[in-house]
Amino acid sequence: MKIFHGVTLSWSTTDDIVDVRLHRGPCNEIGSTTLRELEQLAAFAEAGAGGARALVITSDQEAGFCAGADLRELWEGIRRVSDAGWRSLGRPLDAQDDAGGTPWALGAVAQLGAVAIEAARAGTRKLTTPLVVARVRAFLTRIHHAFDAIDMAPLTTIAAVHGVVFGGGFELALLADQIIADKTARFAFPELRLGLVPGFGGIPRLERDVGNGVVRDLLLTGRSLNAKRAHELGIVSQVVSAGEARHAAFAAARQAARFDPATVRRAKAFAKKLPRARLDEEIETFLALIASPTVEAALDRFVHSTDVRPYLP
Amino acid sequence: MTHDAIIERLLSLARERFGARAATLSAGDDLYAGLGIDSMQAMSLLTAVEDAFDVEIPDYELAEVRTLASIAGIVARRRGR
Repeated sequence: MKIFHGVTLSWSTTDDIVDVRLHRGPCNEIGSTTLRELEQLAAFAEAGAGGARALVITSDQEAGFCAGADLRELWEGIRRVSDAGWRSLGRPLDAQDDAGGTPWALGAVAQLGAVAIEAARAGTRKLTTPLVVARVRAFLTRIHHAFDAIDMAPLTTIAAVHGVVFGGGFELALLADQIIADKTARFAFPELRLGLVPGFGGIPRLERDVGNGVVRDLLLTGRSLNAKRAHELGIVSQVVSAGEARHAAFAAARQAARFDPATVRRAKAFAKKLPRARLDEEIETFLALIASPTVEAALDRFVHSTDVRPYLP
Repeated sequence: MTHDAIIERLLSLARERFGARAATLSAGDDLYAGLGIDSMQAMSLLTAVEDAFDVEIPDYELAEVRTLASIAGIVARRRGR
């Protein structure tokens, strides 16, 4: 569809350029609703975006492009699924409440098995049960599928970013063929603070663009980079003054739209590869970590934090 | 650039960003309590400081920092005094 009006994002097409705008407050946190709408965008882009020749993605939110995953939704989801899983123990499978009604979740309930029963006997009640891991795997599989499709969409894509470009927001920006940043933009992977690694393909995609020393610095310290530094490192293709990224992105999109679409498709497929093995490895690493009590404690701390500086280390 | 000149520039940046709230700010005041800024605004200030002094300041160096005087010390070290 050439025009889409969603809860968290919308797009329209003018002069062969798709204008995607993120508009979920406070800073486009990615939860289940955003995922559903990104899946719609991915399907549209993967199918050729209705013949459009370029796509620009920006944020309408003053705080920035995107602050990453919706951690409150993740935390509440873990609690809800876990509670349902624990209630299900000792009941026949066909009577179990899977907290979501999806068939795969019934299989996941079965996976609770000996581990959960043993934990119950021992008197522990970890939230991150195998059921939760299965749920998170399903979420990651869906978001990777959508992100991969946007990443490899057969047209030129540009992210115009400002302010916060953190975690999943950084991963979303890295899908674009070019990132154009205004000087207010800051980029970070703060996931280690939660006991996690980025889960939406960020590290494998960043590895395409920069050396591993930079990847390790960002991953292992969680620090943020300003736009100028990100430009020097090759993450960002242009830095412009505050408020000018969208304008610059459309100028680049108009330039891209001049070229023969078939040539663009071949050129993009030649210049940009999907790091399949590393993306798969990332999912397994993320899932191995999310079963840790560290994550549960960190999410709980974040959700209930009254610190005015939750984004600082 | 002297420490006092760095402080003066930092105060100027704070006033540009936070207006009346920063009018009476001094170098030793708590930025969060004094200006009522949140983490997003702190990041915006960090970006402005990096830009103004042409330095890179990792966020973790700011973990315990709450005053412009402390930021001035970091800027001075990063600039090589």
